[in-house]
Amino acid sequence: MAGAGHELKLVGMWASPFVTRVKLALHLKGLSYDYVEEDLSSKSELLLSSNPVHKTVPVFIHGGRPVCESHIIVQYIDEAFVAAADGSPPLLPADPYERATALFWAAYIDDKVLKPWRRVFSARTGEERAEWMEQAVAAVDALEGVLAGSKEGGFFGGDSVGYVDVLLGGIVRWVHATAAISGDELFDAARTPLLAAWMERFGELDAAKAVFQDVDKVVDYAKMIMALFAAGSAAT
Amino acid sequence: MAGEGDLKLLGLLVSPFVVRVRMALHMKGVSYEYIEQDVIDKGELLLKYNPVYKKVPVLIHNGVPLCESQIIVQYIDEVWPGTNGSSILPADPYDRATARFWAAYVDDKLFPAWLGILKAKTQEERAEKVKETLAVVELLEAALAQCSNGKPFFAGDSIGFLDLVVGCNLLWFEALRRLFGVTFVAAGKTPLLAAWAERFGGTEAAREVVPDADKAVEFAKKLMASLCSAPVANAS
Repeated sequence: MAGAGHELKLVGMWASPFVTRVKLALHLKGLSYDYVEEDLSSKSELLLSSNPVHKTVPVFIHGGRPVCESHIIVQYIDEAFVAAADGSPPLLPADPYERATALFWAAYIDDKVLKPWRRVFSARTGEERAEWMEQAVAAVDALEGVLAGSKEGGFFGGDSVGYVDVLLGGIVRWVHATAAISGDELFDAARTPLLAAWMERFGELDAAKAVFQDVDKVVDYAKMIMALFAAGSAAT
Repeated sequence: MAGEGDLKLLGLLVSPFVVRVRMALHMKGVSYEYIEQDVIDKGELLLKYNPVYKKVPVLIHNGVPLCESQIIVQYIDEVWPGTNGSSILPADPYDRATARFWAAYVDDKLFPAWLGILKAKTQEERAEKVKETLAVVELLEAALAQCSNGKPFFAGDSIGFLDLVVGCNLLWFEALRRLFGVTFVAAGKTPLLAAWAERFGGTEAAREVVPDADKAVEFAKKLMASLCSAPVANAS
């Protein structure tokens, strides 16, 4: 049965929240793998040949066959390695309607929350940054509603960590970093208390402690990116 | 499996996203009530059942809505597995990941490109979008070669998930040819896709569900007229 370390490889970049998603999933399943850190300014043959369409990380390589796109990789890991080492349930629920719901909110996170939120970091002015942040924060309200309607347990997956938790979990260190840099909270405790609590709870997981980046390193990295983009503009 | 229950589909006959869902339902031999929506001047039903995106298709199963066409198709496949001898998603997790990857690519890159041709305000913009569409189609030719492995469809011997996702765009390729004289799939440039397109069009599901390209042309004219009169351009 697959799972031996040399059969699984993850091509990533340490700061990427999308890579963090995959690391979380692999940890939750108790899977060991080879990790290859990529220099995105000088992409390797491995990355270019295994993800020729997008040339981005993460790329998960299983038995020599690449899987691309973080949300697809996480679902693939869930389906290819159904039983987690600790016996915890699959990330996606068995019931078709609950699966469809999880997939819907996963797509929503990438479409409505992350799209504007990423642009906070590539904004050229403080004004632009604030606009994108506002959009991202507004989109987060719907997720608060999902948690409010969720089963007991405080995770999107109910009692245990599920697909949506993993996908949202990938960004936690970046959420901390943003708060540290500008005081802007994506999951503001006053506006979205359940999400703020979710983030704390998620951070306490073994998987999170094992794979999360050092928040200071993320802060430095985020500041560097933001400075790079702001550098070309007249105003700040 | 329990009976079908109450099934309704909110749609737009010419929408490629609706076509793929209707084809999936047809493949499973499942009956439903179809309710055509006005997507330019949206009605109560659409706003009630898809408050997040306000788009078609929406499948309402026993009063509960499902949104996002790819998610709906997967739901249909899971609720009526192997019914009528047809399975829409492949069984193997790696094949599923591959199908999902290309499906995401099609909806992310192909649809906005050809929609951009309709929405273009200048000849230059239109030409740019045509070029974009052609580039995507070229990549899909390679994807077809890789996925089909010499068999007639993306999914193999009969149509599957990726065939539905790609194939529902074909009626619009024909509509765009009638409107602007551009050809996207031709035996000369993309021989595999050209042959596949004929086979796709010849399937029972396509013959039953896919409307004539004239209907798409009619809708396109309505859409372009509404874009001219609207002061605010459509986002995405």
